[in-house]
Amino acid sequence: MTYRPNEWTALGDPTRRAIFARLAEQPRAVGELAGELPVSRPAVSQHLKVLKQAGLVVDRPVGNRRIYHVDPDGVGALRAQLDGFWIKALAAFKEAAEQTTEETQ
Amino acid sequence: MTTQAQGTSVRKTIVVEAPIERAFSVFTEQFDGIKPRDHTVLAVELAESVFEPCEGGRVYDRGVDGSECQWARVLAYEPPNRLVFSWELNPQWQIESDLEKTSEVELRFVAETSERTRVELEHRNLDRHGEGWEGTREGVGSENGWSLYLERFADVVKPEVR
Repeated sequence: MTYRPNEWTALGDPTRRAIFARLAEQPRAVGELAGELPVSRPAVSQHLKVLKQAGLVVDRPVGNRRIYHVDPDGVGALRAQLDGFWIKALAAFKEAAEQTTEETQ
Repeated sequence: MTTQAQGTSVRKTIVVEAPIERAFSVFTEQFDGIKPRDHTVLAVELAESVFEPCEGGRVYDRGVDGSECQWARVLAYEPPNRLVFSWELNPQWQIESDLEKTSEVELRFVAETSERTRVELEHRNLDRHGEGWEGTREGVGSENGWSLYLERFADVVKPEVR
């Protein structure tokens, strides 16, 4: 099976979260990110590749550089956050529903 | 792209060991205990989340200082089978006043036995938010919403529900 990162696994890594958060602030080039984070330039490139595959960031050429920014589509990232929200909510719901049943029996 | 393949809905199904009437009432009456507490649009600490159990009812968060923030409306209230409410929050977890840019959540409760209920949740029309986000993408950077909810990805739980 081909490994294809989704938004969850892509953002499961703290360095990628940091990169993503910075890109959400403003578009940046690889060198700028490497300068702001305790990560080497090749490592930043690798993380950006994963974020790009997950559909969270896109890049565009500006001169001889590539500028990365958060995917303006946003549906993928929104899906990911709501996915996490509902997983938590339904787990709490299950607990509450089953607890109530036990208490009233 | 992954995004398109996954569509514009989030779907979840969970089975609870409780009668259908109880499952429905727990969701609406104990919503405060169900909604993850780290998700609120309030500037102050969350006191409680209130779900008004009727069609047209408001869903809102109340802060410890008494401030209220309504972030959803009940669109369909059909106990014990069905519940639909709007989702009037934007991707930065702030109130979306333009209803064209809001999504909706539907819950269907199905009795598998007299003591067991399957709950199907669909959060749909997420692309409406996407359009809203696209239009304001220049301003996305100035918002602090991203960093707030990104923290949640830190402890990704093994999904128990699908």
